[in-house]
Amino acid sequence: MNEFVETLLDLPWQIGDPKPAYDVVIIGGGGHGLSTAYYLATRHGITNVCVLEANYIGSGNSGRNTTIIRSNYGLAESVRFYQRSLELYQGLEAETGCWVMHNTKGQIWLAHSVTAARTEQTRALMNAACGAHTDYILPDEIKARCPQIDLTGGGRYPVQGASYHHEGATARHDRVVWAYAQGALRKGVHIYQHTPVTGLLTESSSSGVDRVTGVQTANGAISAGTVLCAVGGRVSVVAGWAGVRLPIRTHALQAFVTNAYAQEFAPIVSSNDLVFYISQTPRGQMLIGAEYDRQASYRTATSYSYLQACSAKATTMFPFLSKLRILRSWAGICDVSPDFSPILGDSGVEGLMLSTGWGTWGFKAIPVAGEQLAEHIATGVAPPLSAPFGLDRFSTESVMADPSSAGTR
Amino acid sequence: MLWIECPNCGSRPFEEYRYGSVFPVTPEATTDAAARNVDYAWMQDNIEGITLERWFHESGCRRWFTARRDTTTDQFHPLDD
Repeated sequence: MNEFVETLLDLPWQIGDPKPAYDVVIIGGGGHGLSTAYYLATRHGITNVCVLEANYIGSGNSGRNTTIIRSNYGLAESVRFYQRSLELYQGLEAETGCWVMHNTKGQIWLAHSVTAARTEQTRALMNAACGAHTDYILPDEIKARCPQIDLTGGGRYPVQGASYHHEGATARHDRVVWAYAQGALRKGVHIYQHTPVTGLLTESSSSGVDRVTGVQTANGAISAGTVLCAVGGRVSVVAGWAGVRLPIRTHALQAFVTNAYAQEFAPIVSSNDLVFYISQTPRGQMLIGAEYDRQASYRTATSYSYLQACSAKATTMFPFLSKLRILRSWAGICDVSPDFSPILGDSGVEGLMLSTGWGTWGFKAIPVAGEQLAEHIATGVAPPLSAPFGLDRFSTESVMADPSSAGTR
Repeated sequence: MLWIECPNCGSRPFEEYRYGSVFPVTPEATTDAAARNVDYAWMQDNIEGITLERWFHESGCRRWFTARRDTTTDQFHPLDD
């Protein structure tokens, strides 16, 4: 958080060091950690909460994504989960009084083959059955909604049709983080920036770690009734302190913006065959992202080869992009789960809860994951919306595999 | 640009290579086979630091080799370090 931001928003930071004990300590001051703190305070009256952020709030993956909000998934549980998030996003400005630049644009998900067209038709039907608003549309309607598209796909990726998700939206990523931070701070939640957690306080026996009782920081230990790990890419390291093994691999996801495009580019467009997605920022820049790097990595560098490959794909469908220049690129380290669904709730060790498996789809779920985890922490029971996404699904053969809805691979 | 040392071709650009997998380890015999199988099928070491992997020199000699890579820097290190 820099001075410029602090002049824009009234964030009533607390003074002094963290208390020695809290009911809930949340590791990670990104969207997920802060929204959980916000909903704990506003929905359940639990305000004895501390959020510890290693850098400044929103500096991790919350500030390194492509800010797309959508609920057009392929599994009933996922559609309902993300639809709840989409609705919470729609009401976020009214609820918090913060302008998060929420903008409903609609999302066009292109199909370049008969098989892909069937996938998108299935998606539209599945979404309609579960409460999300998605239609299958044909090339003439695609062209009407997005005149910049080359329907022949450069001769190689002809557009057969698309699913159109009416409620697809974007929001300003750091404003979402600040909105939740402000709401939580006003309720008395403590947020400490530049306070890295260096270890967990645990009670162990011969069979391993029995219980997590708090966290260790450079400034001393903080005990907690519940510790929530919402750290993004470094989750395996934190869980490892408690002896918890996760099915997570950390991959870098790169994205970039071009200089401003003077005309309107109304919708969000994505393609599973070409693996890229594109939208226009409020400043007019074209925001393009795609698949994460193949090898696991904790490095947030971007590469020329990626920018070249992704630009080539985006330019195939949108020839006007060749007139633009890449302005800025970045990478986030994503906690990718093997089934492309999040991992929420109990870690298997008492006192430690998880919000992970956010891979390349975490931004859209910030409100719902915070709301569901807050209820889980307050009641001790996984709420119906998040219950299917527990870590135990991997040992009970009930994985939530939905790779075709992740928009990556 | 990142350069990787191939055992056959010498130092070549990163873009010529394709990541294969983490170095496969056969699980040990145990009395709790179900837990072992879940761990083997799903769980990842996901090491932050130096890890052992299989890489494929796709646009070069087209041979597989074992590499030690630092996941925090993407630098490759000799196997015998």
